Amino acid sequence: MPTIVVEIMPKAELLDPAGKAVAGALSRLGKAEFSAVRIGKRFELTVDGEVTEAILAEAQKLADDMLSNSVIEDVVRVYVLEGAAAGSAA
Amino acid sequence: MKVGVVTFPGSLDDRDAQRAVRIAGGEAVALWHGEHELHGVDAIVLPGGFSYGDYLRCGAIAARSPIMTEVVAAANAGMPVLGICNGFQILVEAHLLPGGLIRNDHGDFVCRDQKLRVENASTAWTNGFTVGQEITVPLKNAEGGFIVDAETLKRIEGEGQVAFRYLDVNPNGSLDDIAGLTNAAGNVVGLMPHPEHATEPGFGPDTPDAMRSGTDGLTFFTSVLQGALARA
Repeated sequence: MPTIVVEIMPKAELLDPAGKAVAGALSRLGKAEFSAVRIGKRFELTVDGEVTEAILAEAQKLADDMLSNSVIEDVVRVYVLEGAAAGSAA
Repeated sequence: MKVGVVTFPGSLDDRDAQRAVRIAGGEAVALWHGEHELHGVDAIVLPGGFSYGDYLRCGAIAARSPIMTEVVAAANAGMPVLGICNGFQILVEAHLLPGGLIRNDHGDFVCRDQKLRVENASTAWTNGFTVGQEITVPLKNAEGGFIVDAETLKRIEGEGQVAFRYLDVNPNGSLDDIAGLTNAAGNVVGLMPHPEHATEPGFGPDTPDAMRSGTDGLTFFTSVLQGALARA
């Protein structure tokens, strides 16, 4: 089944308390080479059949309207998973 | 007067909100998220809880449930709507109020009796207060940090849309100590603290007079009932 991937990150200028908590843990573990952590989300949308331009556009709209909240997050990428049957549609 | 309280999957304080309506003298009507039916109510409360386990974002999935079509339409037509905690998050996700609510800046769940200052006493849910009045109601959340872009913040501050501000302690890192908002029309109010938990002596926050005697939250519910009487 073809899969559309939607990647979302908290806005760079906003505090990401979850990422900050992980960064704190890394610091306590002595992993000083990693100075910051930000945590985002990845959605995998399975498509029954071919990924058409219309379906990809619908996924982009869904990413903007529902999967993310533009007040606090940015949609980083919407793409068809490499290796999927309809990968060329991207 | 009938006040509807919507129950979503994962709502926690729907019964408490119904009880607060009854203590204030109104008739509480249970509404169901999966219906398209408001059952003739005059006002609506979206209660606290963890609808859909806070999946996706707090309130995001509930904001797209069937009954929200009717709630949004009623709110835009002027019906009083109060969102408490998760209900506030649902109002924000439904775009009835501006901004967003993110994880508390300190990362912890917080549960405390919270002092607030009333900033807008002209809304459907706050007209029984006076501007500057200090009240105490319980607060309990992990994702109550209010954020919004600078331009919108300036606008809502300028137009009196900040309804409540945290006093003494900012419990979650909210911008400008914002605890609650109203829409421009004043019929939609959302806040993170829980007024429904401060409506009956013996079950509210402690006061200097007696333990658990605080009932400051009752004014939210009497305000909306008084408003309905005045319009009748």
